Amino acid sequence: MTTTSAPKVQNARANTVQLTVRVKRGAPGAASHWQEYKIEASPLDRFVDVLNNIKWTQDGTLTFRRSCLHGVCGSDSMRINGRNQLACKTLVADLGYKISAEPMLGYPVIRDLVVDMDPFFGKYEKVKPFLINNTPAPATERLQSADQRKRFDAGTKCILCGACTGSCPSVWANPEWVGPAAIVNAHRFIFDSRDEGAAERLQILSDRTGVWRCRTIFNCADVCPREIPVTDLIEDVKRAIIYGEPDIPNT
Amino acid sequence: MYRGQSGMWSWLLHRVTGVAVLLFLLVHIVDITMLGFGPTIYNNALSVFATPLVRFFSLALIASVLYHSFNGLRILIIDFWPAGAQYQRLFAVLTILLTLAGFISMGYFVLLPVFQGCPGVTCG
Ligand code: SF4
Ligand code: FES
Repeated sequence: MTTTSAPKVQNARANTVQLTVRVKRGAPGAASHWQEYKIEASPLDRFVDVLNNIKWTQDGTLTFRRSCLHGVCGSDSMRINGRNQLACKTLVADLGYKISAEPMLGYPVIRDLVVDMDPFFGKYEKVKPFLINNTPAPATERLQSADQRKRFDAGTKCILCGACTGSCPSVWANPEWVGPAAIVNAHRFIFDSRDEGAAERLQILSDRTGVWRCRTIFNCADVCPREIPVTDLIEDVKRAIIYGEPDIPNT
Repeated sequence: MYRGQSGMWSWLLHRVTGVAVLLFLLVHIVDITMLGFGPTIYNNALSVFATPLVRFFSLALIASVLYHSFNGLRILIIDFWPAGAQYQRLFAVLTILLTLAGFISMGYFVLLPVFQGCPGVTCG
Protein backbone atom coordinates (compact mmCIF):
# COMPACT_ATOMS: atom_id res chain seq x y z
CA MET A 1 0.00 0.00 0.00
CA THR A 2 1.25 3.47 -0.86
CA THR A 3 0.77 6.55 1.26
CA THR A 4 0.12 9.03 -1.54
CA SER A 5 -3.06 10.36 0.00
CA ALA A 6 -1.43 11.40 3.26
CA PRO A 7 -0.13 14.87 2.16
CA LYS A 8 -3.59 15.85 0.95
CA VAL A 9 -5.02 15.13 4.34
CA GLN A 10 -2.29 17.18 5.97
CA ASN A 11 -3.01 20.12 3.67
CA ALA A 12 -6.67 19.96 4.48
CA ARG A 13 -5.81 20.04 8.18
CA ALA A 14 -3.65 23.13 7.64
CA ASN A 15 -6.37 25.01 5.75
CA THR A 16 -8.75 26.25 8.36
CA VAL A 17 -12.01 27.91 7.46
CA GLN A 18 -14.17 30.44 9.25
CA LEU A 19 -17.45 28.88 10.42
CA THR A 20 -20.65 30.47 11.57
CA VAL A 21 -22.28 28.14 14.04
CA ARG A 22 -25.83 28.84 15.21
CA VAL A 23 -26.89 26.97 18.32
CA LYS A 24 -30.41 26.80 19.65
CA ARG A 25 -29.98 27.36 23.33
CA GLY A 26 -32.52 26.66 26.01
CA ALA A 27 -32.79 26.25 29.75
CA PRO A 28 -35.56 24.89 31.95
CA GLY A 29 -38.36 27.40 32.31
CA ALA A 30 -36.97 29.80 29.70
CA ALA A 31 -37.79 30.29 26.03
CA SER A 32 -35.12 28.97 23.68
CA HIS A 33 -33.08 31.34 21.53
CA TRP A 34 -30.48 31.14 18.78
CA GLN A 35 -26.92 32.12 19.53
CA GLU A 36 -24.30 32.64 16.86
CA TYR A 37 -20.59 31.80 17.19
CA LYS A 38 -17.76 32.51 14.74
CA ILE A 39 -14.98 29.97 14.94
CA GLU A 40 -12.03 28.66 12.92
CA ALA A 41 -12.08 25.00 12.03
CA SER A 42 -10.48 22.54 9.68
CA PRO A 43 -12.78 20.86 7.16
CA LEU A 44 -11.61 17.58 8.64
CA ASP A 45 -12.67 18.50 12.16
CA ARG A 46 -15.68 16.69 13.46
CA PHE A 47 -18.57 18.87 14.52
CA VAL A 48 -18.01 17.82 18.12
CA ASP A 49 -14.49 19.33 17.89
CA VAL A 50 -16.06 22.61 16.81
CA LEU A 51 -18.48 22.55 19.75
CA ASN A 52 -15.63 21.72 22.12
CA ASN A 53 -13.59 24.65 20.77
CA ILE A 54 -16.50 27.02 21.24
CA LYS A 55 -16.99 25.76 24.78
CA TRP A 56 -13.30 25.90 25.68
CA THR A 57 -12.37 29.23 24.02
CA GLN A 58 -15.56 31.31 23.75
CA ASP A 59 -18.47 30.27 25.91
CA GLY A 60 -18.12 27.81 28.76
CA THR A 61 -21.87 27.78 29.32
CA LEU A 62 -22.62 26.03 26.01
CA THR A 63 -24.02 22.68 27.05
CA PHE A 64 -23.95 19.45 25.06
CA ARG A 65 -23.39 15.80 25.82
CA ARG A 66 -20.47 13.74 24.50
CA SER A 67 -18.48 10.87 25.91
CA CYS A 68 -16.62 8.45 23.66
CA LEU A 69 -16.04 10.83 20.71
CA HIS A 70 -15.85 7.77 18.47
CA GLY A 71 -19.43 7.05 17.49
CA VAL A 72 -19.87 4.27 20.02
CA CYS A 73 -21.63 5.64 23.08
CA GLY A 74 -24.42 7.44 21.26
CA SER A 75 -24.52 10.38 23.65
CA ASP A 76 -24.04 13.26 21.20
CA SER A 77 -26.93 12.85 18.80
CA MET A 78 -28.35 16.26 17.97
CA ARG A 79 -30.04 18.01 15.08
CA ILE A 80 -27.20 19.34 12.93
CA ASN A 81 -28.25 21.32 9.84
CA GLY A 82 -31.80 20.15 10.47
CA ARG A 83 -31.09 16.42 10.63
CA ASN A 84 -30.26 14.14 13.56
CA GLN A 85 -26.61 13.10 13.52
CA LEU A 86 -23.83 12.23 15.95
CA ALA A 87 -21.64 15.32 16.37
CA CYS A 88 -18.57 13.07 16.65
CA LYS A 89 -19.29 11.26 13.40
CA THR A 90 -19.99 14.28 11.22
CA LEU A 91 -17.22 16.24 9.48
CA VAL A 92 -17.24 20.01 9.03
CA ALA A 93 -16.47 19.36 5.34
CA ASP A 94 -19.88 17.72 4.99
CA LEU A 95 -21.74 20.51 6.78
CA GLY A 96 -20.62 23.73 5.04
CA TYR A 97 -19.59 27.11 6.42
CA LYS A 98 -22.88 27.85 8.12
CA ILE A 99 -23.90 25.17 10.56
CA SER A 100 -26.93 25.01 12.80
CA ALA A 101 -27.24 22.82 15.88
CA GLU A 102 -30.47 22.12 17.75
CA PRO A 103 -31.57 19.61 20.35
CA MET A 104 -33.39 16.60 18.91
CA LEU A 105 -37.15 16.90 18.51
CA GLY A 106 -39.40 14.59 20.49
CA TYR A 107 -37.40 14.77 23.73
CA PRO A 108 -37.73 17.21 26.64
CA VAL A 109 -34.81 19.67 26.53
CA ILE A 110 -32.69 19.78 29.69
CA ARG A 111 -30.32 22.49 28.54
CA ASP A 112 -29.09 23.66 25.11
CA LEU A 113 -28.33 20.51 23.11
CA VAL A 114 -28.86 18.08 26.00
CA VAL A 115 -32.19 16.26 25.99
CA ASP A 116 -33.77 14.02 28.60
CA MET A 117 -33.28 10.40 27.51
CA ASP A 118 -35.17 8.85 30.44
CA PRO A 119 -38.45 8.36 28.55
CA PHE A 120 -36.44 6.88 25.68
CA PHE A 121 -34.83 4.26 27.91
CA GLY A 122 -38.19 3.57 29.53
CA LYS A 123 -39.53 2.56 26.10
CA TYR A 124 -36.42 0.50 25.50
CA GLU A 125 -36.98 -1.45 28.71
CA LYS A 126 -40.63 -1.94 27.85
CA VAL A 127 -39.79 -4.33 24.98
CA LYS A 128 -37.70 -6.61 27.24
CA PRO A 129 -34.36 -6.25 25.47
CA PHE A 130 -32.75 -9.35 26.96
CA LEU A 131 -32.67 -13.08 26.19
CA ILE A 132 -35.79 -14.89 27.36
CA ASN A 133 -35.28 -18.65 27.42
CA ASN A 134 -36.62 -20.86 30.15
CA THR A 135 -35.21 -24.15 28.92
CA PRO A 136 -32.23 -25.16 31.08
CA ALA A 137 -28.99 -23.98 29.50
CA PRO A 138 -27.07 -26.79 27.76
CA ALA A 139 -23.60 -27.77 29.03
CA THR A 140 -22.04 -25.83 26.13
CA GLU A 141 -23.41 -22.93 24.07
CA ARG A 142 -26.92 -22.54 22.74
CA LEU A 143 -25.98 -23.29 19.13
CA GLN A 144 -27.15 -21.25 16.19
CA SER A 145 -26.40 -21.40 12.45
CA ALA A 146 -24.73 -18.57 10.56
CA ASP A 147 -28.03 -17.82 8.78
CA GLN A 148 -29.90 -17.68 12.08
CA ARG A 149 -27.29 -15.31 13.48
CA LYS A 150 -27.54 -13.15 10.38
CA ARG A 151 -31.32 -12.84 10.77
CA PHE A 152 -31.04 -10.39 13.70
CA ASP A 153 -27.58 -8.99 12.95
CA ALA A 154 -28.74 -5.49 11.99
CA GLY A 155 -30.30 -4.75 15.37
CA THR A 156 -27.20 -5.77 17.30
CA LYS A 157 -25.42 -2.70 15.94
CA CYS A 158 -27.67 -0.21 17.74
CA ILE A 159 -25.87 2.15 20.13
CA LEU A 160 -29.11 3.63 21.54
CA CYS A 161 -28.25 7.13 20.39
CA GLY A 162 -31.93 7.95 19.95
CA ALA A 163 -31.43 9.70 16.59
CA CYS A 164 -34.07 7.53 14.92
CA THR A 165 -36.70 8.07 17.59
CA GLY A 166 -36.06 11.84 17.55
CA SER A 167 -36.45 11.97 13.76
CA CYS A 168 -39.86 10.29 13.69
CA PRO A 169 -42.98 12.43 13.06
CA SER A 170 -45.08 9.77 14.78
CA VAL A 171 -43.00 10.28 17.93
CA TRP A 172 -43.35 14.07 17.69
CA ALA A 173 -47.11 13.66 17.41
CA ASN A 174 -47.40 11.11 20.20
CA PRO A 175 -44.57 10.92 22.74
CA GLU A 176 -46.21 7.79 24.16
CA TRP A 177 -45.34 5.88 21.01
CA VAL A 178 -42.62 3.29 21.62
CA GLY A 179 -40.59 4.59 18.65
CA PRO A 180 -38.10 3.05 16.23
CA ALA A 181 -35.14 2.44 18.58
CA ALA A 182 -37.15 0.27 20.96
CA ILE A 183 -38.51 -1.75 18.03
CA VAL A 184 -34.99 -2.25 16.65
CA ASN A 185 -33.97 -3.69 20.01
CA ALA A 186 -37.10 -5.83 20.21
CA HIS A 187 -36.28 -7.14 16.73
CA ARG A 188 -32.83 -8.08 18.00
CA PHE A 189 -34.44 -10.70 20.30
CA ILE A 190 -37.68 -11.52 18.48
CA PHE A 191 -35.68 -12.80 15.51
CA ASP A 192 -33.05 -14.61 17.58
CA SER A 193 -33.56 -18.40 17.22
CA ARG A 194 -32.35 -18.89 20.83
CA ASP A 195 -35.00 -16.62 22.31
CA GLU A 196 -38.43 -17.72 23.50
CA GLY A 197 -39.96 -14.34 24.30
CA ALA A 198 -41.17 -13.41 20.80
CA ALA A 199 -44.87 -13.87 21.55
CA GLU A 200 -44.59 -11.70 24.66
CA ARG A 201 -42.78 -8.90 22.82
CA LEU A 202 -45.09 -9.05 19.81
CA GLN A 203 -47.99 -8.68 22.23
CA ILE A 204 -46.40 -5.55 23.74
CA LEU A 205 -45.75 -4.11 20.29
CA SER A 206 -49.21 -4.74 18.90
CA ASP A 207 -51.07 -2.34 21.18
CA ARG A 208 -51.95 1.31 20.47
CA THR A 209 -48.45 2.52 21.21
CA GLY A 210 -46.82 -0.33 19.28
CA VAL A 211 -45.52 -0.84 15.74
CA TRP A 212 -48.69 0.25 13.95
CA ARG A 213 -47.93 3.91 14.58
CA CYS A 214 -45.07 3.54 12.12
CA ARG A 215 -46.18 5.26 8.90
CA THR A 216 -43.13 4.11 6.89
CA ILE A 217 -41.67 7.62 6.79
CA PHE A 218 -38.08 6.30 6.73
CA ASN A 219 -36.57 9.27 8.62
CA CYS A 220 -35.24 6.73 11.15
CA ALA A 221 -33.43 4.68 8.52
CA ASP A 222 -32.07 7.85 6.92
CA VAL A 223 -30.44 9.09 10.13
CA CYS A 224 -29.18 5.95 11.86
CA PRO A 225 -25.43 6.51 12.38
CA ARG A 226 -24.95 2.73 12.47
CA GLU A 227 -26.63 2.37 9.09
CA ILE A 228 -29.26 0.05 10.49
CA PRO A 229 -32.18 -0.25 8.04
CA VAL A 230 -34.51 0.72 10.89
CA THR A 231 -37.75 0.79 8.89
CA ASP A 232 -37.03 -2.67 7.41
CA LEU A 233 -36.78 -4.04 10.94
CA ILE A 234 -40.02 -2.37 11.99
CA GLU A 235 -41.72 -3.87 8.93
CA ASP A 236 -40.30 -7.28 9.90
CA VAL A 237 -41.96 -6.94 13.29
CA LYS A 238 -45.25 -5.82 11.71
CA ARG A 239 -45.24 -8.92 9.51
CA ALA A 240 -44.38 -11.13 12.50
CA ILE A 241 -47.50 -9.78 14.24
CA ILE A 242 -49.66 -10.28 11.13
CA TYR A 243 -48.45 -13.84 10.49
CA GLY A 244 -48.34 -14.77 14.18
CA GLU A 245 -44.63 -15.56 14.37
CA PRO A 246 -41.27 -14.15 13.26
CA ASP A 247 -39.77 -15.72 10.14
CA ILE A 248 -36.48 -17.13 11.39
CA PRO A 249 -34.48 -19.64 9.30
CA ASN A 250 -34.94 -23.18 10.67
CA THR A 251 -31.32 -24.05 10.12
CA MET B 1 -38.39 22.27 10.36
CA TYR B 2 -36.87 18.81 10.16
CA ARG B 3 -34.87 18.02 7.02
CA GLY B 4 -36.33 14.70 5.96
CA GLN B 5 -35.81 12.90 2.67
CA SER B 6 -38.01 11.22 0.07
CA GLY B 7 -39.80 9.04 2.64
CA MET B 8 -40.91 12.02 4.71
CA TRP B 9 -42.15 13.98 1.70
CA SER B 10 -44.03 10.92 0.46
CA TRP B 11 -45.74 10.60 3.82
CA LEU B 12 -46.58 14.31 3.98
CA LEU B 13 -47.97 14.31 0.46
CA HIS B 14 -49.96 11.17 1.25
CA ARG B 15 -51.57 12.96 4.20
CA VAL B 16 -52.33 16.16 2.30
CA THR B 17 -53.79 14.34 -0.71
CA GLY B 18 -55.77 12.09 1.63
CA VAL B 19 -57.43 15.11 3.25
CA ALA B 20 -58.04 16.66 -0.18
CA VAL B 21 -59.79 13.52 -1.42
CA LEU B 22 -61.87 13.39 1.76
CA LEU B 23 -62.98 17.01 1.24
CA PHE B 24 -63.97 16.20 -2.34
CA LEU B 25 -65.95 13.24 -1.08
CA LEU B 26 -68.03 15.64 1.05
CA VAL B 27 -68.64 17.88 -2.00
CA HIS B 28 -69.51 14.79 -4.00
CA ILE B 29 -72.07 13.69 -1.41
CA VAL B 30 -73.68 17.13 -1.69
CA ASP B 31 -73.80 17.10 -5.49
CA ILE B 32 -75.17 13.55 -5.64
CA THR B 33 -77.84 14.54 -3.10
CA MET B 34 -79.12 17.07 -5.68
CA LEU B 35 -80.30 14.10 -7.72
CA GLY B 36 -83.16 13.76 -5.25
CA PHE B 37 -84.45 17.22 -6.24
CA GLY B 38 -85.00 16.33 -9.86
CA PRO B 39 -83.05 16.57 -13.12
CA THR B 40 -83.11 20.36 -13.52
CA ILE B 41 -81.63 21.14 -10.14
CA TYR B 42 -79.12 18.32 -10.52
CA ASN B 43 -77.98 19.52 -13.95
CA ASN B 44 -77.73 23.10 -12.72
CA ALA B 45 -75.64 22.00 -9.77
CA LEU B 46 -73.37 19.90 -11.94
CA SER B 47 -72.76 22.69 -14.44
CA VAL B 48 -70.54 24.22 -11.73
CA PHE B 49 -68.01 21.52 -12.52
CA ALA B 50 -67.67 22.85 -16.05
CA THR B 51 -66.51 26.35 -15.02
CA PRO B 52 -62.78 27.00 -15.43
CA LEU B 53 -62.23 27.53 -11.70
CA VAL B 54 -63.82 24.24 -10.71
CA ARG B 55 -62.03 22.51 -13.57
CA PHE B 56 -58.86 23.71 -11.93
CA PHE B 57 -59.98 22.14 -8.64
CA SER B 58 -60.78 18.96 -10.56
CA LEU B 59 -57.16 18.91 -11.68
CA ALA B 60 -56.03 19.10 -8.06
CA LEU B 61 -58.43 16.29 -7.24
CA ILE B 62 -57.11 14.12 -10.06
CA ALA B 63 -53.54 14.69 -8.91
CA SER B 64 -54.51 13.89 -5.31
CA VAL B 65 -56.37 10.69 -6.16
CA LEU B 66 -53.57 9.48 -8.44
CA TYR B 67 -50.82 10.25 -5.96
CA HIS B 68 -52.72 8.80 -3.02
CA SER B 69 -53.47 5.58 -4.92
CA PHE B 70 -49.99 5.00 -6.26
CA ASN B 71 -48.36 5.85 -2.95
CA GLY B 72 -50.85 3.55 -1.22
CA LEU B 73 -49.57 0.76 -3.47
CA ARG B 74 -46.02 1.76 -2.56
CA ILE B 75 -46.85 1.41 1.14
CA LEU B 76 -48.53 -1.95 0.55
CA ILE B 77 -45.44 -3.24 -1.21
CA ILE B 78 -43.23 -1.98 1.64
CA ASP B 79 -45.51 -3.65 4.19
CA PHE B 80 -45.93 -7.05 2.55
CA TRP B 81 -42.85 -7.67 0.41
CA PRO B 82 -39.92 -8.35 2.76
CA ALA B 83 -37.45 -6.66 0.38
CA GLY B 84 -39.83 -3.75 -0.30
CA ALA B 85 -38.43 -1.28 2.21
CA GLN B 86 -35.02 -1.40 0.52
CA TYR B 87 -36.51 -0.02 -2.68
CA GLN B 88 -38.68 2.66 -1.11
CA ARG B 89 -36.75 5.52 -2.70
CA LEU B 90 -37.11 3.99 -6.16
CA PHE B 91 -40.82 3.44 -5.50
CA ALA B 92 -41.18 7.05 -4.35
CA VAL B 93 -39.78 8.23 -7.69
CA LEU B 94 -42.00 5.77 -9.59
CA THR B 95 -45.01 7.05 -7.66
CA ILE B 96 -44.30 10.60 -8.84
CA LEU B 97 -43.70 9.48 -12.44
CA LEU B 98 -46.91 7.42 -12.57
CA THR B 99 -48.86 10.29 -11.01
CA LEU B 100 -47.48 12.73 -13.58
CA ALA B 101 -48.22 10.36 -16.47
CA GLY B 102 -51.82 9.89 -15.33
CA PHE B 103 -52.23 13.55 -14.49
CA ILE B 104 -51.02 14.89 -17.81
CA SER B 105 -53.23 12.57 -19.84
CA MET B 106 -56.34 13.13 -17.72
CA GLY B 107 -55.65 16.84 -17.30
CA TYR B 108 -55.59 17.20 -21.08
CA PHE B 109 -59.22 16.13 -21.35
CA VAL B 110 -60.33 18.21 -18.37
CA LEU B 111 -58.80 21.39 -19.76
CA LEU B 112 -59.51 20.82 -23.46
CA PRO B 113 -62.98 22.47 -23.39
CA VAL B 114 -61.51 25.55 -21.67
CA PHE B 115 -58.99 26.02 -24.47
CA GLN B 116 -61.64 25.36 -27.09
CA GLY B 117 -63.48 28.35 -25.66
CA CYS B 118 -66.64 26.54 -24.61
CA PRO B 119 -66.25 25.38 -21.04
CA GLY B 120 -69.96 24.52 -20.65
CA VAL B 121 -71.37 21.04 -20.14
CA THR B 122 -72.73 20.90 -23.65
CA CYS B 123 -69.31 21.31 -25.27
CA GLY B 124 -67.80 18.23 -23.65
S1 SF4 C 1 -31.32 2.30 15.57
FE1 SF4 C 1 -29.63 3.64 14.91
S2 SF4 C 1 -30.46 5.73 15.18
FE2 SF4 C 1 -31.77 4.34 16.38
S3 SF4 C 1 -30.93 4.38 18.46
FE3 SF4 C 1 -30.00 2.61 17.39
S4 SF4 C 1 -28.09 3.43 16.53
FE4 SF4 C 1 -29.33 5.21 17.09
S1 FES D 1 -19.55 10.98 21.74
FE1 FES D 1 -19.98 8.83 21.83
S2 FES D 1 -21.13 8.61 19.99
FE2 FES D 1 -20.44 10.64 19.81
